[in-house]
Amino acid sequence: MSLDEILSLLASTLRLSSPLIFAAMGGLLSERSGVIHIALEGMMMVGGFAAAVATLSFHSPLAGCMAAMLAGVLFSVLYAAIVIPFRANQVVAGTAINFLAMGIVPFISKLVYGNTGATPSIPLEDRLHWMGAVVGALLLVAFLAWMLARTPVGLWIRFAGEHPHALESAGIHVVKVRWLSVLAGGALAALGGAVLSLSLASAYTRNMTGARGFMALAALIFGKWRAPQALAACLLFGFAEALQNRLQGVALPWNPAETIPVQFIQMVPYLVTLIVLAGFVGRARAPKALGSTF
Amino acid sequence: MKAIRPLLALILGLALGLAVTAFAGENPWHVLMVLVKGAFGSRYDFGMTLFYMTPLLFAGLAVTVAFRAGLFNIGAEGQLTMGALAAAWMGIAWPNAPVGISWVAAFIAAAVVAGAWSGIAGWLKARRGSHEVISTIMLNFIAASLASYVTLYVLKNPESQNPETMAIGASYQLPGLPGFPDAPVSVALVIALVSAGLLAWIFERMRWGFELKVVGQNENAARSAGISVASTQVLAMIVSGMLAGGVALGEVLGSAHRFKLGFSPDYGFVGIAVALLARGNPLAAIPSALLFGALHKGTADLDIETENVTRDLALVIQALVIATVSAEGLWDIVDRRRRKKEAARVAG
Repeated sequence: MSLDEILSLLASTLRLSSPLIFAAMGGLLSERSGVIHIALEGMMMVGGFAAAVATLSFHSPLAGCMAAMLAGVLFSVLYAAIVIPFRANQVVAGTAINFLAMGIVPFISKLVYGNTGATPSIPLEDRLHWMGAVVGALLLVAFLAWMLARTPVGLWIRFAGEHPHALESAGIHVVKVRWLSVLAGGALAALGGAVLSLSLASAYTRNMTGARGFMALAALIFGKWRAPQALAACLLFGFAEALQNRLQGVALPWNPAETIPVQFIQMVPYLVTLIVLAGFVGRARAPKALGSTF
Repeated sequence: MKAIRPLLALILGLALGLAVTAFAGENPWHVLMVLVKGAFGSRYDFGMTLFYMTPLLFAGLAVTVAFRAGLFNIGAEGQLTMGALAAAWMGIAWPNAPVGISWVAAFIAAAVVAGAWSGIAGWLKARRGSHEVISTIMLNFIAASLASYVTLYVLKNPESQNPETMAIGASYQLPGLPGFPDAPVSVALVIALVSAGLLAWIFERMRWGFELKVVGQNENAARSAGISVASTQVLAMIVSGMLAGGVALGEVLGSAHRFKLGFSPDYGFVGIAVALLARGNPLAAIPSALLFGALHKGTADLDIETENVTRDLALVIQALVIATVSAEGLWDIVDRRRRKKEAARVAG
């Protein structure tokens, strides 16, 4: 492998990790405050779709990113309402939100573009540059790591997830902290979806998230709910995806006349996620009050 | 009052879902009528509803068993894919099996493969602490790729352009249900109904059913009572997968007589809605599966009967029903009002 090839593999690793990083950081905010976030996938879907619609209308990826965050917040209001005041099982409610996203995106797409499959292609000059997405994702990780560790807001979020009753006795509303964390988390995950449709692809296509929301969740768990470690796991998954792209059309080692069947190449990111989730060392230390109602 | 809560939640979810269609410029009442007519309008329509009910009941029971043990199996989709593929493989590899034995052989193949597939997630959960929601989602994608490979390269039907396998032996075909001449609903529905009864019996009368419940409600209590949490969870996942494998009966043996790639319109996911609406009760899963079967059949007609609403509405309605059924706090509003009334009565 030449230096050029290594560099291009590294670049595509960074590029492909960026949506995962945004989603994982969204999950981090929500879960550190005590709310499980299975619905990252759905947030990415509505974010990716809203971003494509807004970018196509306003010819600006910035407008697309804003629209994605807005859509993420709106969807998170729904999710937070079901799990915080209405105390639904968070895993079940998150699954419902994922279904809702799967159904509502084609529903709106049909109204706006007359078909349920994909948005029109976004012109090249209106797309988000992948460097921007990567830099944004890395800055976000640094910011969240700092905020959670060093600021009062970070302390409140961590206490809402670890000892909600102690936080309440200190005069801070746990419910408010959780609401805001879920909304902000949804906005970030939706931004991950925007990176997907505005930068990695040229349109929003149906179910294009391909379980990336769940990979982000796996990265979060593997990273023991800490921003830098979760980043490392996202990079690993991004690398698996980059590898997947490189393996397309590569000949079998024992039979140069045939290429590796595409089906096995497609499995790579999912297999890596499964193995990483199973093989991680040390005990996972989830926030103590994760999944509890308050 | 408590018993009809799921019903009220269902009506609320359905109403919200239909209200959404108003945004698309449709009359929600018209949409509802299209759904009802599409699902129950004729003998053929009802037969199709029952045909869809069959896999949904199997998938719903699969989710129910795992849920009983505190596990959220959202991998029924991958499990039923593997099960259907295994049943088709059996029917192709041993085409001359005697009638009867053929059915048992195909069912065993489906149950073993689908059970093993979900057993992976169960084992990962019990031994490695992997969250079953993530591992089953990953296994869904891996199953889809594997099925695609086997269908296109190993068992490909040479006479067809479609991505499907060769036909299974004639002795494998399950008889159709009498009374529905044109709809593909088969005896598999009866087997699904029997499975629901059997599962209810296991839950109520067998030691294992009790152990599942204890593990699901309180792992520490289960440990103190000497129940092995790990092996109960693994077994729950295996049984869950086997039930998902039952989908092969209606789809492969009962109707397509081969494995077709993408045959399942997300039966595994709709099964989650079936199980949650039934609140973990296997017998309640029967009307629940009928309802979602009707919804699936009814929404298929929306593409033709309405201007802007497509079959994707089914997903929206399923999501809203799951949300309203699981939102315990909805009832606080009702309870609070009733408590107030009661207090007023006592005071008065």
